[in-house]
Amino acid sequence: MKAFVRHEGLVAPLDRANVDTDQIIPKQFLKSIRRTGFGANLFDEWRYLDAGEPGQDCTQRPLNPDFVLNQARYQGASILLARENFGCGSSREHAPWALEEYGFRAIIAPSFADIFFNNCFKNGLLPIILEGNIVNDLFEEALASPGYRLTIDLERQQVLRRDGGELPFTVDAFRKHCLLHGLDEIGLTLEHAAEISAFEQRHRQTHPWLFRSESASG
Amino acid sequence: MAGKTLYDKLWDTHLVRENPDGSALLYIDRHLLHEVTSPQAFEGLRLAGRKPWRIDANLATADHNVPTTSVERQGGIAAIADPVSRIQVQTLDDNCAQYGILEYQMNDRRQGIVHVIGPEQGATLPGMTLVCGDSHTSTHGAFGALAHGIGTSEVEHVLATQCLIAQKMQNLLVRIEGELAPGVTAKDMVLAVIGRIGTAGGTGHALEFAGSAVRSLSMEGRMTLCNMAIEAGARVGLIAVDGQTIEYVRGRPLAPTGALWEQAVASWQQLHSDADAHFDKVVEIAAAEIKPQVSWGTSPEMVLPIDGRIPDPDAERDPRRRESIVRALEYMGLRAHQPVTEIRLDRVFIGSCTNSRIEDLRAAAAIARGRKVAASVKQALVVPGSMPVKEQAEREGLDRIFRDAGFEWREPGCSMCLAMNADRLEAGEHCASTSNRNFEGRQGAGGRTHLVSPAMAAAAAVTGHFVDVRTLEATS
Repeated sequence: MKAFVRHEGLVAPLDRANVDTDQIIPKQFLKSIRRTGFGANLFDEWRYLDAGEPGQDCTQRPLNPDFVLNQARYQGASILLARENFGCGSSREHAPWALEEYGFRAIIAPSFADIFFNNCFKNGLLPIILEGNIVNDLFEEALASPGYRLTIDLERQQVLRRDGGELPFTVDAFRKHCLLHGLDEIGLTLEHAAEISAFEQRHRQTHPWLFRSESASG
Repeated sequence: MAGKTLYDKLWDTHLVRENPDGSALLYIDRHLLHEVTSPQAFEGLRLAGRKPWRIDANLATADHNVPTTSVERQGGIAAIADPVSRIQVQTLDDNCAQYGILEYQMNDRRQGIVHVIGPEQGATLPGMTLVCGDSHTSTHGAFGALAHGIGTSEVEHVLATQCLIAQKMQNLLVRIEGELAPGVTAKDMVLAVIGRIGTAGGTGHALEFAGSAVRSLSMEGRMTLCNMAIEAGARVGLIAVDGQTIEYVRGRPLAPTGALWEQAVASWQQLHSDADAHFDKVVEIAAAEIKPQVSWGTSPEMVLPIDGRIPDPDAERDPRRRESIVRALEYMGLRAHQPVTEIRLDRVFIGSCTNSRIEDLRAAAAIARGRKVAASVKQALVVPGSMPVKEQAEREGLDRIFRDAGFEWREPGCSMCLAMNADRLEAGEHCASTSNRNFEGRQGAGGRTHLVSPAMAAAAAVTGHFVDVRTLEATS
């Protein structure tokens, strides 16, 4: 996983509440068995005017000029400003894969859906929760000033405005640690393999019905 | 000291270790897999040179993009017309074969939607932790199991370690007391709950459904409730174990037997929240006030009783909510103050992990019997949740009732709930759907989904528009 320490980038405001993961990456693109190739289809139904299908050359497709990410001033954006309950719906990790591949490193919103929030951290994408009125201010600032940028300092847990203003945010200590160092969570968990085995053995004694062995041919 | 909630008990029983920073390792008893969210996890495992921790904890099936026409199904994987779907279904078979994971393949007699087959086969048991790379895994909470959806990185993590890195959630209790009016179902209950607390109302919480109206529900109905907990933002839905739970599990192919069964049942009796347990949030709803529900917009919280009228954005004071209503009205092609009963349907879909079990099909068939799908409805699909559900329905003659009425009777799968296979809406079409999400484009680009119960969907199919199912006489 890509580490996240400090990031400075252009902000794109997506002014919709309850953006669901079907919107972030529509289902027809979930048939891929790979982890990559989703960025061109991020927000597909909003971003393009034609119907999106897997395998298209997206550079040849007609863009929806009204969609925020298609506007010239937001090209190269790497921080997404969003509204309440961002990422609700399906658990598809293809959503953070698509956002990350498009070029986003962080998403700022007043709230996120649980599964999406969790999935972001596994992919070097930092979801930041700020209070609703602060997010409102950021939306106003981003809309009012083309080229609006923010800096995110994960170590200090601050979003920095260009005028020097600091907006603190909270982040779970373990997730922060993994993100700062780009750690492999499976590797970390396997450091506790002996503990897992010991638990499993106790659990097997107290709950033996959970350990009935079924063969694959059964 | 305050007692424990059901969620607290399940958490404590599966806690492997707690880290000083508050994160925890939770042991996972059952891992369900399907073709869409697992290929990258298996690939990750191979790239890292890792092996699954405990093969027999895993169970797989192909459901999300399998075709539902019998012609395509009979031809096996090679006959799947869409080449990308074919590769994905094949990849699941290959991965399960490589690691020796039990899989109900596309044409296995036990195949079906992952959240239907788990309980049906007894792979879902009370008191277990159960995860799957699918948000509707909350369904299994109906058995007093701690069950929730996970992302693909976590699928790989569970395969490799039999554990999940977890943060403890808060406890939310939704208590529904009293008796439901006739014709009002679990689907109407859960839509009413979502309408009340909103799609983010349960975020960060494990949602336990309780109260006499919940206890009165069949296991099928309880699964419908827990299934849609995620639509209220709660990853976990839960219902306490009672006699009905135990009777449902008894005799299932993978359920314990003999002395092990007795021991299990004794343990399962503890699976309820203590009387003095503390809930962080409590919501009370009177069952008698719930009417048949219809979603009108592009979020499950945009829901109305059947006698309701489409909301007027001008009556909404919050500017962002107003904007959401305006946008939803435009997408759905509806206008303010329009009665719900005026919405005309182009297609009807009865199926999905929410409502494709035998009781759902019986309820829909009771309305369809002796009636005909309205001429204005282009297609009415019935997609059973699993092969055993399909066989049971056929034994009861439900397939004939549906076919005689003009419904199509299909093979099991997720089908038009998310339209990953060929079953989908055309742009602008309105669909009465027993599924769980009415998001923009969910059932096909530009498609307009209305979430309803199976009986309401059947009633809409035979009249061509929404109608209070209680005004149609059931003829079962």
